[in-house]
Amino acid sequence: MTTDQSTPAADETTIDPAAQAEVPVLEVRGLGKRFGSVQALEDVDVSLRAGEVTCVVGDNGAGKSVFIKMLCGLIRPSEGEILLDGLPTEFTSPRQARSLGIVAVYQDLALAPMMSLWRNFFMGGEPVKGWGIFQRFDVGYAKEAMQSELEKLGVNLGDPDRAAHTLSGGERQGLAIARAMYYGARVLILDEPTSALGVRQSGAVLRLIRRAAQRGTAVILVTPKPQHAFWVGDRFLVFQRGRLVEDRPSETLTLESLSYLMAGGGEVDELESAIATA
Amino acid sequence: MSLLQLPRFGNARPWVQTAVLRPELGSLVAAALLLMFFSIASSGAMLEIPTIARVLDTAWPYGIIAVAVGLLMISGEFDLSTGVMVGTAGALLGVMATEWGMNLWLALLLSLLICLALGLWNGVLVVWTGLPSFVITLGTFFGLRGANVALSKYFTGDALIENIDDAAGFDSLHSIVATVFGTAPSDFRVSLLWWGGFTLIATWILWRTKIGNWIFATGGDREAARAVGVPVNGTKIGLFMLTAGAAWFVGVSNAVRYTSVQAGQGVGAEFFYIIAAVVGGCAMSGGRGSAIGPAIGALIWGIAFVGIPHAGWNSDWRWAFYGVLLLLATLINHIVGERVRTARSG
Repeated sequence: MTTDQSTPAADETTIDPAAQAEVPVLEVRGLGKRFGSVQALEDVDVSLRAGEVTCVVGDNGAGKSVFIKMLCGLIRPSEGEILLDGLPTEFTSPRQARSLGIVAVYQDLALAPMMSLWRNFFMGGEPVKGWGIFQRFDVGYAKEAMQSELEKLGVNLGDPDRAAHTLSGGERQGLAIARAMYYGARVLILDEPTSALGVRQSGAVLRLIRRAAQRGTAVILVTPKPQHAFWVGDRFLVFQRGRLVEDRPSETLTLESLSYLMAGGGEVDELESAIATA
Repeated sequence: MSLLQLPRFGNARPWVQTAVLRPELGSLVAAALLLMFFSIASSGAMLEIPTIARVLDTAWPYGIIAVAVGLLMISGEFDLSTGVMVGTAGALLGVMATEWGMNLWLALLLSLLICLALGLWNGVLVVWTGLPSFVITLGTFFGLRGANVALSKYFTGDALIENIDDAAGFDSLHSIVATVFGTAPSDFRVSLLWWGGFTLIATWILWRTKIGNWIFATGGDREAARAVGVPVNGTKIGLFMLTAGAAWFVGVSNAVRYTSVQAGQGVGAEFFYIIAAVVGGCAMSGGRGSAIGPAIGALIWGIAFVGIPHAGWNSDWRWAFYGVLLLLATLINHIVGERVRTARSG
């Protein structure tokens, strides 16, 4: 019996932090995006390292969603370049970006509600065994591989035959993140994963994010909540009016200073003085 | 490594879980209850061998097509052209064999190719236009309904094509699709084996192959499926060809069995396949169902068809009975579907 399945991240290889730190997984130089006459994003330089959680924060329209959409291949940059492992790369579609290990997990997670967890987990990438007309979905492997991936992240979803609709919001995030990790995500982009969750579930999801980073993934987290960002983030990118205005490691920040930056930073001062002088 | 237990918001009741994972269970219970009911109402006549033979002989043609229609329904689509396709397949075989003197095996192959092409037409049109398959296949239904009779009359001068048994290859084909085991009235056709085999293969495909996963995914959440690389369009087109192929099999089997074809046959039968699939637990909205369920749905039709006159009632009540059954099954499916939607939580 032959077992024919792609197991991109089946075995956990140990990551040498020194080697990883030298070349950033993903680097952008002079990245910009123009929609007609509107400059949505301008001249962004960032490098993302394996094992780091980078929080992207900023007001609505500050350019953070344009930024992550360019990283996952959803929109093409107008200027600048993206380097993957130090080599210039173009992301033409989310699927192509995913094949290079850049995976975005969105709020509306792609799950078919009536299908079991393991069917959802392997949707579109079903492991098979046997050949010819005897080729079949390797159900035993699918269940085990899903469970082991979930365990590595410390998630327990119970019976793999559960239908996906019975998952809570946090559990759905857990399944989606485990799925991304299984397919070998090197850069995991999470767009407001805790926005629809209560406190306990948010905490669980943030711990998942930490675990994913510990396993050597570069995580990009977009969140409007300073408490969530501060607890999980190693670095903070603050966007304002289409520009990257701050790029700070967590050691240089307190929750107060982060909240201040996320609330608009200098804009708040401007606003206060504007109100005072009016 | 300590396991992290995420808080559960499991407000889905266990029966909803079961209904989602084993959608055919309801129909199995219904079939058993009906069989018991008619056995009592007919003072045991329902359980005699000749009666069971009639139940199965009534059910199999519906069963074979309903299984295919069920898979199509799980993928989120409908096919209303399956009934007349039975007539198309029979008429094609009949005209080729009796008018053109073709060997029946060759006629069998050609009629299959034409039916598959019609299924391809349905599928490609649904995928390309994005129109509801209800409308597309209704168009095919009327087109074939006209063409079946018009072309039969054009080639043979009659809507009834006879003497198929005179064609070359009849005996060998007859032995494969219409052999009888036992003597009347306790006779069983080989068609039952075809029905059982097809149901098993369909179940296998649905539950144990990646194509099965694609069928569930296509009907469950088309956009999600497309996003992760499931060939959504190919899956649908393939299933439209499968329903056409199932109709072809029933059409040619009947043509060989009765040695004649009424070109206008099959009109109205398309509803029975859909009802059988729904009674068997396939969700009209797609994403949920089984292959064995539609087969049981067809069996229920057979039990009612034979059981109602055996119980001493006017046989016209069969139709009313099936109507009530459809409503009940749809209602149950709907309630399960609603529970699934409301059970989701943040």
